[in-house]
Amino acid sequence: MISISAVLYSTSLILILLGLYGVLTRKNLIRVVISLDVVDLGVNIFLVTIGYVRDGRAPIYLADAQTSLADQASRMVDPLPQSLVLTAIVIGFGVTAVALTLLMRLYERKGTVMVSDLRGLKW
Amino acid sequence: MRKVIGVLLIVSFAFFVFTLVMRDLWVEDPTAVRTLGQAAIEETIPQSGAANTVTAIVVQFRGLDTLGEVTVLFLSALGVALLSGEFAGRGLKEVFRDDGGFILYYGARLVLPIIILVGVYIVAHGHLSPGGGFPGGVLVATAVYAVLMTGVKKELSTRIMAVIEGFAGLAFVALGLLGLLSDRFSFLANILPKGSLGMVFSAGIIPLIYAAVGTKVAAELSTLVTSLTGSDYASADTTAQGGKR
Repeated sequence: MISISAVLYSTSLILILLGLYGVLTRKNLIRVVISLDVVDLGVNIFLVTIGYVRDGRAPIYLADAQTSLADQASRMVDPLPQSLVLTAIVIGFGVTAVALTLLMRLYERKGTVMVSDLRGLKW
Repeated sequence: MRKVIGVLLIVSFAFFVFTLVMRDLWVEDPTAVRTLGQAAIEETIPQSGAANTVTAIVVQFRGLDTLGEVTVLFLSALGVALLSGEFAGRGLKEVFRDDGGFILYYGARLVLPIIILVGVYIVAHGHLSPGGGFPGGVLVATAVYAVLMTGVKKELSTRIMAVIEGFAGLAFVALGLLGLLSDRFSFLANILPKGSLGMVFSAGIIPLIYAAVGTKVAAELSTLVTSLTGSDYASADTTAQGGKR
């Protein structure tokens, strides 16, 4: 019996590794930024999975439910990683926006976004 | 050669992550909350009155952190505006040159009020259901983006957006300072009446703060996208031609 945690942890690990591989090997800087987003997604899945509880429900109280509030509270998943991920998504968006703007500047200056054509830092 | 080195690096990285972090985690599903989140679940209703535990954490227990998050988003928008300022007018002109044709032109205007309504709903119910200021604000900004894709630029005044954004940020800080006036004397203390669980008007200052955050995020991201498309673009041609294709 494979646990749900194992599936999600391996998914996040695979996404992180795929993204890192893209960052290390791609020459097109736009693809590097996309790879960074893939890493971001993998880390977010990892964080949410930490809060997983078996048979857990969304950490939201229902006012008109049949069960008592204490009973609902005992079956909730961990809300703390979810709120961390909420922050991480926003920060990831900001990083991507600034990175793509930098790429626009780079393209305007050098006429290319390929790492192999940027010789400013080589000797 | 580069790919071989890349594969070697990520294999070693995978080994480290698996042995150090994940080995103990994924043996079996946990049956109870293992972190500080347990305290958050228990304290949510007595301290904040919100139904959504995640919102209670984000806005109340970690409210100062959210203020910093909003600041980071503001800095990001500022950075994009500064970096793209020099090529304003050229920017993504090639991308946005086409007006998108008849269907996009009128389709964007058709879905615009619906998207904004859904965004406002998500912001207003952030303390009751999944969502809140950040996703709702992004949704409203998406509506602006849909219109921008049709090549019309002049409908959005960056100056007005900056004023809205500034007042939303001030509202956040002012709501936080309100907590200093209470007997609890702490920044972002929830001093307004809690109301009853599950109502829209409940949870004290949480919906108000999320409304401020939603307004700020929407204005910020609209400005961000607008500054990427360039400033003096689409003054004459596309606005007039848009509907005629």
